[in-house]
Amino acid sequence: MDGPFFTAIGLILGADAGLLQIIGLSLRVTLTAVLVACAIGLPLGAALALARFPGRGAVIVLFNALMGLPPVVAGLVVYLMLSRAGPFGDLALLFTPEAMILAQTVLILPIVVSLTRSVVEDIWAEYREQLQSLGASRLRAVPTLLWDGRVSLLTGVLAGFGRASAEVGAVLIVGGNIAGHTRTMTTAITLETSRGNLGLAVALGIILLTLTLTLNALAWGAGQWARSRLG
Amino acid sequence: MTHTRRSTLLGFASGLAMLAALPASAQEFITVASTTSTENSGLFGHILPIFQQATGIEVRVVSQGTGQALETGRRGDADIVFVHARAQEEQFVAEGYGVQRFDVMYNDFVIVGPADDPAGVRATDSAAGAMAAIAAASAAFASRGDDSGTHSAEKRLWSAAGIAPAGEWYLSTGSGMGATLNTAAQVPAYALTDRGTWLSFQNRGPLEIVSEGDPVMFNPYGIILVNPERHAHVKAEQGQAFIDWIVSDAGQAAIASFTVGGEQLFFPSAQ
Amino acid sequence: MSHHRAIAASILPLRLEAAGYAVGGEPLLSDISLTVTAGRRLIVMGANGAGKSLLLRLCHGLIAPTSGRRVWADGTHRPEAQAMVFQRPVLLRRSVAANLDYPLALRGLSRSARRDSVARTLDRFGLAPMADRPARLLSGGEQQRLALARAWSMSPEVLFLDEPTSALDPSATRIIEEMIEGFSAEGITIVMTTHDLGQARRLAEDVAFLHRGRLIAHHPAANFFAGPTAPEARAFLAGDLVWS
Repeated sequence: MDGPFFTAIGLILGADAGLLQIIGLSLRVTLTAVLVACAIGLPLGAALALARFPGRGAVIVLFNALMGLPPVVAGLVVYLMLSRAGPFGDLALLFTPEAMILAQTVLILPIVVSLTRSVVEDIWAEYREQLQSLGASRLRAVPTLLWDGRVSLLTGVLAGFGRASAEVGAVLIVGGNIAGHTRTMTTAITLETSRGNLGLAVALGIILLTLTLTLNALAWGAGQWARSRLG
Repeated sequence: MTHTRRSTLLGFASGLAMLAALPASAQEFITVASTTSTENSGLFGHILPIFQQATGIEVRVVSQGTGQALETGRRGDADIVFVHARAQEEQFVAEGYGVQRFDVMYNDFVIVGPADDPAGVRATDSAAGAMAAIAAASAAFASRGDDSGTHSAEKRLWSAAGIAPAGEWYLSTGSGMGATLNTAAQVPAYALTDRGTWLSFQNRGPLEIVSEGDPVMFNPYGIILVNPERHAHVKAEQGQAFIDWIVSDAGQAAIASFTVGGEQLFFPSAQ
Repeated sequence: MSHHRAIAASILPLRLEAAGYAVGGEPLLSDISLTVTAGRRLIVMGANGAGKSLLLRLCHGLIAPTSGRRVWADGTHRPEAQAMVFQRPVLLRRSVAANLDYPLALRGLSRSARRDSVARTLDRFGLAPMADRPARLLSGGEQQRLALARAWSMSPEVLFLDEPTSALDPSATRIIEEMIEGFSAEGITIVMTTHDLGQARRLAEDVAFLHRGRLIAHHPAANFFAGPTAPEARAFLAGDLVWS
């Protein structure tokens, strides 16, 4: 039997060092980007849900719109920032994994912010009087609302992970697809496609899909467990 | 409150730590902006380990179209450009972005097309004649359309044939060599490709070489150190070491020893 | 119970002086003058839309009067001396014990003090067997029991209850009423709305009757049920529909 599926199994069983390195880098880049986006986006989204200020509507619309930002555009913006000729050129970050993390963070952040705002707003509508009665300030309410929205928020974080792990446009531009250094699953798939190695490209795609499936299954299981445990 | 502030701070802190950790983790390496054709053929995978073993310098290759690779050099995002579009390379040096251009090697372009050859290209005896036959038959032609070196060569051939290609038969893919060949295999269409990419290309479908050997199809590669006077951070010393090596006997021998399916893809041409 | 002795001066009595609340120029509560006396059980009655819930929120401080004044006896309004239980209990998406722990943590109690207090509350209200269960998966009656227990654990001087049994079946209602009577016996002042006449007769020491955002009557319960002077209150007691 020959075919992408068996090629994929062969690649995995062979535990090819180059492949493992690519998988490891892909996971490192995307998971770090998700972490950074959450560290910024969860408090920011919650603040946006609770705070009232002029221009709040515009900020909300902006973040909603940025969810549809084409990855290539995000990549291009980060590229222009990090290029030696750009404002942050001295950091020497272009064509590094860190640049890819930055670009993916830019892609994920709007998803995390928008979803957090929506989830926290709903819970806040329900909790508001009770928390006020219990003596919680708005600021103190933020971690409460984030924690109580954790199951729904997980969905948003997964959506962010999905967008980041699947995209190729941004990481290709800012990472450069350098063999052994910034080559990820998706840029490797692009490269193998351009070499006409369609079977290998599909095999890599199968591995990527398997990883994404595994992570989603774990998260879903955790969500179910939390739901049954904590209501 | 404390939770929020703490996690925000943690986010920023870890971000900063990440940025700060970077320069320290960078070993001795140079960045080369090159073309998809060299990367896709597998040449770098063959010669770079030899160079790294000899010098300890890691070479990181960003493969782009020639236009984009030169722009990368112009912006100072690479130490070396290694491309194949002589006129643009000379302009790059003339404008002061590069130090000096060195001949490294050449390969050649070939015209591939459907095996049944609907435009009768096999009957022509020059590259320009082949292009004219394709246009005359309005046979499908897949063009890179991306300002790459291959695209420049294609445009030179059209103008040599006195044709301004346009019409439904002329497909500008705006993508790399491999993607363009994938398109050509599907349509099927004629296409201009470098021999290296063609030999290592797997998904040929009905395509075959229908025209080759015209001296105008030779495709010279040049290597240029990005000018450290423009971009002070350019690793001139290590970059020059790579250039010196690749034009040396050892480097030229490494290039000559690279084969795909028993065929040599690149021919040393350093003076 | 020393547990409920306030150290600072009492915040009661609470006086509303010609207090009103309007939204967009439309008065929802008008010209209400009312005194909430320490240690009493005040039942606020009236038809749907009469403004009972708003009055409770105004007293508790969830909303501020747009006219008139709200005056606490000690000149402050210490939120920690008050608690409120809502018609539909608002429980956090956490365990029963974590719901009891939360307000204590807000007040900055130490971990060990919180653990002791939570254990005491769980014991007293028979909630210990369900301490680790998710609060929002409890039955409606259990949820309201937990909400009352949470309010009690905060040692309030005054407890506001907004129709606490309107969504409950008779047996759950009886449990809640017993809890309220127990709180009252400990000296906690009760201010509660209900549309259930029988419940009002069982629990009221004083009755305030609202009609279209105005306070029509405020009497000791015996007087009110014997025959209020206001015709709207008489009609309400007679079971007539009083449209607000």
